[in-house]
Amino acid sequence: MIEVKDLRKHFGAVKAVDGVSFKARDGEITGLLGPNGAGKTTTLRMLYTLMTPDQGQVLVDGIDVARDAKAVRRQLGVLPDARGLYKRLTARENIEYFARLQGMDKALIRTRRDKLIETLDMADIADRRAEGFSQGQRVKTAIARALIHDPKNVILDEPTNGLDVMATRSLRQFMHKLKEEGRCVLFSSHIMQEVAALCDRIVVIAHGRVVADETPDALRAQTGEANLEDAFVKIIGSEEGLAA
Amino acid sequence: MNTMLIVFLKEVKENLRDRRTMMSALLFSPLIGPLFLVMIMNVVITRELNKADQPLKVPVIGAEYAPNLISALKQQGFVPQPGIANPEKAVRDMDADVVLRIPKDFGDSWRKGQASQVEMIYDSSQRDTGSSVERLKGMLQLYTREQGAMRLVARGLSPTMMAPVSIDERDQSTPQSRSGQLFAILPYFIVLAIFIGGMYLSIDLTAGERERQSLEPLFANPVPRWQVLLGKLGAICVFSSTSLLICLLGFNVFGRLIPAEKLGMTMNFGPSFVLQVLVMMIPLVILFASLQTLVAAFAKSYREAQTYLSMLMLIPAVPSVMLSVLPVKVADWMYAVPLLGQQVGITQLLHGDSISGSQLATVIAVGLLVAFLVTLVTAQVYRSERLAISA
Repeated sequence: MIEVKDLRKHFGAVKAVDGVSFKARDGEITGLLGPNGAGKTTTLRMLYTLMTPDQGQVLVDGIDVARDAKAVRRQLGVLPDARGLYKRLTARENIEYFARLQGMDKALIRTRRDKLIETLDMADIADRRAEGFSQGQRVKTAIARALIHDPKNVILDEPTNGLDVMATRSLRQFMHKLKEEGRCVLFSSHIMQEVAALCDRIVVIAHGRVVADETPDALRAQTGEANLEDAFVKIIGSEEGLAA
Repeated sequence: MNTMLIVFLKEVKENLRDRRTMMSALLFSPLIGPLFLVMIMNVVITRELNKADQPLKVPVIGAEYAPNLISALKQQGFVPQPGIANPEKAVRDMDADVVLRIPKDFGDSWRKGQASQVEMIYDSSQRDTGSSVERLKGMLQLYTREQGAMRLVARGLSPTMMAPVSIDERDQSTPQSRSGQLFAILPYFIVLAIFIGGMYLSIDLTAGERERQSLEPLFANPVPRWQVLLGKLGAICVFSSTSLLICLLGFNVFGRLIPAEKLGMTMNFGPSFVLQVLVMMIPLVILFASLQTLVAAFAKSYREAQTYLSMLMLIPAVPSVMLSVLPVKVADWMYAVPLLGQQVGITQLLHGDSISGSQLATVIAVGLLVAFLVTLVTAQVYRSERLAISA
């Protein structure tokens, strides 16, 4: 469970995040939708403690990020916007590095790693060096290393960015699986179809503010538009930066 | 397992797989110094020996005006060559080291008992000609003294009349100390071995990692950043000190190939030299690792970091150049200046002098202190929000 209360962050004169509040519940997929530059990535970066908010509070499973950032990071599995791998290490070694940093012991690493490799269907690349991985193989590896410590909460920043249709499909299935396991899944996207297809709850962000926080159905009802795409455009007030 | 150790092991493993880092740390940077030394020394020694043994070939203009002079010079190993039309141009163009010109009235003046003139035409800005010019001058002066003495004897005077003061030179330099002067540049190569040995790693582990966008996910792990930093510094230190060790062993091995004894020098790159230099250099290993990481943390990209570090690389050259150009008297305070202390210390060892325990302690203590402070600053920069963000 992730709770965000009145989060604010500015860079110079630019108010990147200007009072964002929402809740992402366990066993649900929450989508953070907004045009490019709306403040999604900055919001997420404050959630996984890479940035400190100017104001506001973030609670992850009831732990305040400002109080105990380390404990929060233990509860989180993060696929950041930056998802670089170590090219001279194999996929397996990449995953193992993060597992060790999470403080896991060898036996546990082995079981968790082998299970993730199976679930993400990446046995064919597990022992290959990451140099020359396709975009999809890279994302799989990055997700595996983010989830190696079996986190209760999963944050994914634009996870399907740059993936082809097949890779996107399998990633969506994987996210459903995470939800069924009772995890709290929070992901950001600027693609409306994706959010509509996946989310139990949609938080729409524009210009650093939350402009809607509803279920997809409620969103349609609220705007009086049967089509989600039209509903979004109506909420955000422009079509700029959104993709169908 | 401890965070620092995890990071350290991973960085070492990853970089052992990188051919460029390996070549640079273990081959190129440590061996450039010893190879350079061998090359230069061989050229110098071969040239000096050749010049001393070989007959001195000099073009002579007007040889027919002073046959006695020429035959006297011939006995000293002088081989007259046919005269050339434009001697001034010839020496400037380095076609000849030196040209001897004997004017037409040489014989007239000689017979009148006056001073006869000969001209030596050379270009002293051509370093190479020095030894030929000196040799010819020496031959001419010997001839002059002999002939002068004979004229005095012919008039019934003692030749000592012409030499009221005689000079005896007693050079206090030892072969060791002369070789030390020749090798003033050598400490720079040792410093360079550390610097280049760790450079690619330092850039890669901070600027490179950020550019490849793996720093942000790394920092999402529940580990303090300063521990990550220390792990990385450890890996850099391992590579740069390996480079240093190879460099010193290189000097040790190649030092034996140099025919220095032919010049009356001895060179001591033995185990005690290696060990003392190693101890003095440990603070620099840490200092450079921190400094390079600090610079890399400020750079926006790998390329930018590379540019900054190439400039930083010139700083260690300053004490080397200073000490080789200005013969400064070694003072105790110099040991308290990082880089200068190491430079002075190595130079002393090359001279065959020893370093006292307190001097050694000063070099190490001050070096470690400065390294610690730079590491603190770097850790501070590592904590900043901007560090991890690549875009």
